[in-house]
Amino acid sequence: MRMTRKNPPALADLINAGRLVEHHAPWRRAVVAPKVWNLAVEQLADGRWSLLGLWGEPDKVHMALLDEALDIGVISLDCRGGRCPSVGQYHPPALRLERAAADLFGLAPQGLPDTRRWLDHGQWGISHPLAARPSVPAAATSYRFLAAEGDGLHQIAVGPVHAGIIEPGHFRFTAGGETVVRLEERLGYVHKGIEGLMAGAAIDRAAKLAGRTSGDSTVAYSLAFARAVEAALGITPPPRAVWLRALMAELERLANHLGDIGAICNDAAFAIMHAHCGVLRERVLRAADAAFGHRLMRDRIAPGGVTSDLGGAGASTIRSLVAEIRQRFPHLVELYDNTASLQDRTVATGWLKVELARQYAAGGYVGRASGRDFDARRAPGYAPYDELAFDVPVLREGDVNARVWIRVREVEQSLSLVEQILARLPAGPIHIEISTGANAADGPREGMALVEGFRGDILVWLRIGADGAIERCHLRDPSWFHWPLLEAAIEGNIVADFPLCNKSFNCSYSGHDL
Amino acid sequence: MRKLLFESLIRPPLTERAPQVSDAAIDELTRALDGVARQRLGRSLSIRAVDAGSCNGCELEMHALNNAFYDIERFGFRFVASPRHADVLMVTGPVTKNMREALKRTWEATPNPKWVVALGGCAKDGGCFAGSYAVVGGVSDVVPVDLHIPGCPPPPIEILKGLIALLDGANGKVGAPKG
Repeated sequence: MRMTRKNPPALADLINAGRLVEHHAPWRRAVVAPKVWNLAVEQLADGRWSLLGLWGEPDKVHMALLDEALDIGVISLDCRGGRCPSVGQYHPPALRLERAAADLFGLAPQGLPDTRRWLDHGQWGISHPLAARPSVPAAATSYRFLAAEGDGLHQIAVGPVHAGIIEPGHFRFTAGGETVVRLEERLGYVHKGIEGLMAGAAIDRAAKLAGRTSGDSTVAYSLAFARAVEAALGITPPPRAVWLRALMAELERLANHLGDIGAICNDAAFAIMHAHCGVLRERVLRAADAAFGHRLMRDRIAPGGVTSDLGGAGASTIRSLVAEIRQRFPHLVELYDNTASLQDRTVATGWLKVELARQYAAGGYVGRASGRDFDARRAPGYAPYDELAFDVPVLREGDVNARVWIRVREVEQSLSLVEQILARLPAGPIHIEISTGANAADGPREGMALVEGFRGDILVWLRIGADGAIERCHLRDPSWFHWPLLEAAIEGNIVADFPLCNKSFNCSYSGHDL
Repeated sequence: MRKLLFESLIRPPLTERAPQVSDAAIDELTRALDGVARQRLGRSLSIRAVDAGSCNGCELEMHALNNAFYDIERFGFRFVASPRHADVLMVTGPVTKNMREALKRTWEATPNPKWVVALGGCAKDGGCFAGSYAVVGGVSDVVPVDLHIPGCPPPPIEILKGLIALLDGANGKVGAPKG
């Protein structure tokens, strides 16, 4: 297969060139030759395609890709002895994903520019825990932070235990005076081994684990996991369940956006926004509790449907919630827009370049505030959003202010979506049994889902074995691609603006560390 | 902003507005909490949050304690930025192996007398993450725990209830603290 630069391949061409894997849905997966793999990496490096995920298995590596025509597919490469060509050497967004695959599966990406361990801090008492044969632990070594040299530079070490009520992680700042010259993150502190626990777990237990990958996105993760299981087994949940799922997802988006808009302002010492947004967030959580029986709606979505129906009282609680936010929120937006001292902090702070957002396929408000017009609800899209009217706000400024505005607009869109869903919610059952037995005879089945959480697109890929248990499940949080961008966005800002920049990204530690 | 501030002046406080059962419970609970807190600690209890591996769900509900509905600072409960300022460590999550050392050091940095509250199901025994190669287990496997508050995550009202229980339990303990 020869391709020239004038005629770049489509993802479908590469998948057709490989050995198709049966029972992989809804998109295709093919095991490809190294030459085809490299051709795909070339498309990534040239900026034509986007990397949706990269994950390992013993002696295998997989890559989920999005091409220019928004076609999605997975290519896999057999790597005997764990040796595989590094993607990260040509396409930096893959770097940390490859380091994680190396830590967990003992893969050895050849040419990987950064071979420091990432999730493995030398504390597990085991090396390569998910490899076919885990090995003895390597001696714990101190982490070598990247150097920055120059007159008068000093380092500031922060974490893993932070000053606020925040997740743990380590930030190493190198500063010249007040200006940040380099930020390097060290993550992995909350690595719980979720993918290890998933392996061999029954579907209902695995669903619970998926819903606890990142607490603020419990609905989105449960939804992504359920959709991947349903894709694998060829199940369609009842219409009412599909619509209730979207209702929960929009409530989760509202709660997070409202809370974070306030918290960003609070990091600029503008507490009144925080107080008022906090009230609105609490209202959303209380309405969710009244409607679905849990403030964060945890475990309310399960493969096959939802576990909690919406009654008349719950629906009217949500309606009055929407009315209240519609009444109060515009005043807060006006306050944000008209406070010069606040704008002074957020405008032109933490600038993320359009090119970087594109290269890293940054999802959610981080990408959309820097010109990346992508929303998984619209494309690839999933029910019921194809029947709902909503806009995807996009800005190109890429600063803290732009990320705030994207969230403001998304609050408005979610309010409209909630109303549309309530108006058209179909009647009927909310759950169907998932039976894995009927499909077991023809071998393992693989499913995949891309779901738009409040933070961006969450990817779940899984394989269900003949016994109906999860064989392998990979969960890719949007933060994998946001974290490195935060390092870029903070450069040249003052140290005191880091909390502001950090909160405007609001990356997940737990979702990243798994 | 003036309009918002003015409205805040003329509107009744949020804790007393909504006439629901749960709001009544909050009111009762907060009054009880006020009494006990004043008696034991002279209106001051400093809490240091430590995420030792949580999914972040418990942190969200801890944050909620600061909103206008619960407004935990009314009673002298404060979340502080350093363990050196803390009376209570509120620890969440199954303790991951990568966080074990940091949790230990945070505990050692907290002056006596000190209490440890393990918040959420994972903090009790590792929850659904127990048995993982990367997880130690519950908080008590690493530092002594005075109180467990169950829930996944515990709603803010349950955290408030837990703090009362802690203060009640702390009777007679102040003279001979752990650690």
